[in-house]
Amino acid sequence: MSMPSRESSISPAAWMRANLFATPVDGAITVIMGGIIVMIAIPVIDWALLSAIWVGSDGSQCRVEGAGACWPFVTAKFNQFIFGRFPDEEQWRVISVFVLGGGAIAWLAWPNAPAKARIAVFLLMAFPFLAALLLAGGVLGLAPVETNLWGGMLITLVVAFVGIVASLPLGVLLALGRQSELPIVRLVCVGFIEFWRAVPLVIFLFMASNMLPLFFPAGVTVDKLVRALVAVALFSSAYMAEVVRGGLQAVPKGQFEAALSLGMGYWRAMVLIVLPQALRHVLPGIVNTFIGLFKDTSLVYVIGLFDMLGVITVNLTDPVWFSAQTAATGYVFVAFIFWIFCFAMSRYSVRLEENLGQSRGANSYASLR
Amino acid sequence: MTQSNSPSADHIIHISGLNKSFGDLHVLKDVDLTVCAGNKIVVCGPSGSGKSTLIRCINRLEAHDSGTIQVDGKELGDDLRAVEEVRREVGMVFQQFNLFPHLSILENCTLAPIQVRKVPRPEAEKQAMALLERVRIPEQAHKFPNQLSGGQQQRAAIARSLCMTPKIMLFDEPTSALDPEMIKEVLDVMLDLAEGGMTMIVVTHEMGFARTVADRILFMDEGRILEDASPTEFFDSPKHARTKEFLSQILDQTGH
Ligand SMILES: Nc1ncnc2c1ncn2[C@@H]1O[C@H](COP(=O)(O)OP(=O)(O)OP(=O)(O)O)[C@@H](O)[C@H]1O
Ligand SMILES: [Mg+2]
Repeated sequence: MSMPSRESSISPAAWMRANLFATPVDGAITVIMGGIIVMIAIPVIDWALLSAIWVGSDGSQCRVEGAGACWPFVTAKFNQFIFGRFPDEEQWRVISVFVLGGGAIAWLAWPNAPAKARIAVFLLMAFPFLAALLLAGGVLGLAPVETNLWGGMLITLVVAFVGIVASLPLGVLLALGRQSELPIVRLVCVGFIEFWRAVPLVIFLFMASNMLPLFFPAGVTVDKLVRALVAVALFSSAYMAEVVRGGLQAVPKGQFEAALSLGMGYWRAMVLIVLPQALRHVLPGIVNTFIGLFKDTSLVYVIGLFDMLGVITVNLTDPVWFSAQTAATGYVFVAFIFWIFCFAMSRYSVRLEENLGQSRGANSYASLR
Repeated sequence: MTQSNSPSADHIIHISGLNKSFGDLHVLKDVDLTVCAGNKIVVCGPSGSGKSTLIRCINRLEAHDSGTIQVDGKELGDDLRAVEEVRREVGMVFQQFNLFPHLSILENCTLAPIQVRKVPRPEAEKQAMALLERVRIPEQAHKFPNQLSGGQQQRAAIARSLCMTPKIMLFDEPTSALDPEMIKEVLDVMLDLAEGGMTMIVVTHEMGFARTVADRILFMDEGRILEDASPTEFFDSPKHARTKEFLSQILDQTGH
């Protein structure tokens, strides 16, 4: 992280003395931690940069004794990492979806951008259908592309986006249902939440891909990706429900009562008064759940959807690229992609929190608009 | 005291045989109360006597167990529509203000008129500004609740209620959470409101306010209305020993 500019006026030596070697204990901690960092950093840098193989049309150089990361493997398979087996001549459709979705998200993240509400409505209401249309095709002269050809980062983003967009509203409904005065509603919501939270996602994915078809009448098939999407969305909404519940509990009862006393009904009071406050209280928890969900998308690999992990595994059997470093290089690359997305989400949430002031900052609510 | 037990046209609130329990705790016991339009009623009594519960029953923030409550000609019960209609006509001011912290003062005031009464925004804002003027905080309109002093917040809360143009205003200890120097500014606003002819039920221990404003003062103890008298009667010749005891305590405390 870069230093704030006002500190750059003091000399590096003075800065180090003040921050790293202020006391003997500080000094010892600095030396030990520094040693550990160096011990880890040297082999990593060596593997990833110094001994790494950068060019090559096959894995022959990577098979050399002492070779580091086999980057040509990533370059050669880059298209698969991003698109899976999406046909080359149709990939513009995927790129359009990335640009549309990414553009809308960037717009929303941009401080003080105009018309955020309209962009949000587009992203949540129109974009999913538009994206489904573009990706699946079969209408408007677009060639159909079976979902088993979708793969790589495309699958990761589709699963994550659907999971994130579905889990927040579902989670809110479940959290509200859990507080309901009607015992039956309460029971159903608690049952749902506890059921999905108590079983690992992998099991749901296996069930969605292997067992569910047995329950459908003959001839009815539901796309494997759709089944996985439903499983991921329901699973994460159970988690989201518990996060939201914490937020609801943090809003004083008087807020709801004041809204009722002004003649608002239950839903108006919830949507306009209670939820905006509740969700702001638990913003870090919500983003944390999103990040967890994003990483969990890699599990769809176990049911045969070729996300980025799947791409690595398929290519391990490719004799052209066979080498000791191929798998490691692929995993590091995929890890890096995940890290970029999750880190971006994490930074964004930190900024939102700062803007909200989280505590009693005078303008804690003013700055969000 | 002339109190008829059948609803009549000028009884804007008519309560009879009201009972309310929280679990085993019997909080309101056979309460009867009628209020005429334009009446100012002050309710006092020891802590836990059921004052808050009584006025919260009037806009059904609490559901009563038995008896009938009619407000502005509508009976309160399970009919949600009737309840919401009544709530539109009954403003409530809380001890803790309960302003919406995520909205500016102006938005606090315009939200319900726009959402519930479907008043167009410019009109709602104009009316809100007029009422903020009336409670003497027009310059705070674009601030957020936590930027205001307690007294200013409570006045904003009063303005917020008034924006719904209610026929009745309920106050639950509106000055108890305030520092002494801010109590007067809130009482002044309430005084002004009373002079304007608003029907008011005020739970308060501000006996000076009660003496000048109230048409009737109710004294509650253990879930019953023990005393229901004009201010002169109430202060000079209370009927019940409990009232006398309470009065001497409260007047002692406040040094009157
Ligand atoms: N939601 C509730 N659940 C359980 N008990 C309650 C509830 N609300 C009030 N009570 C109890 O009912 C009794 C009457 O409460 P209420 O708030 O009406 O008293 P009050 O006269 O307003 O007292 P105070 O002067 O302290 O505000 C009290 O014993 C209180 O503890
Ligand atoms: Mg009370």
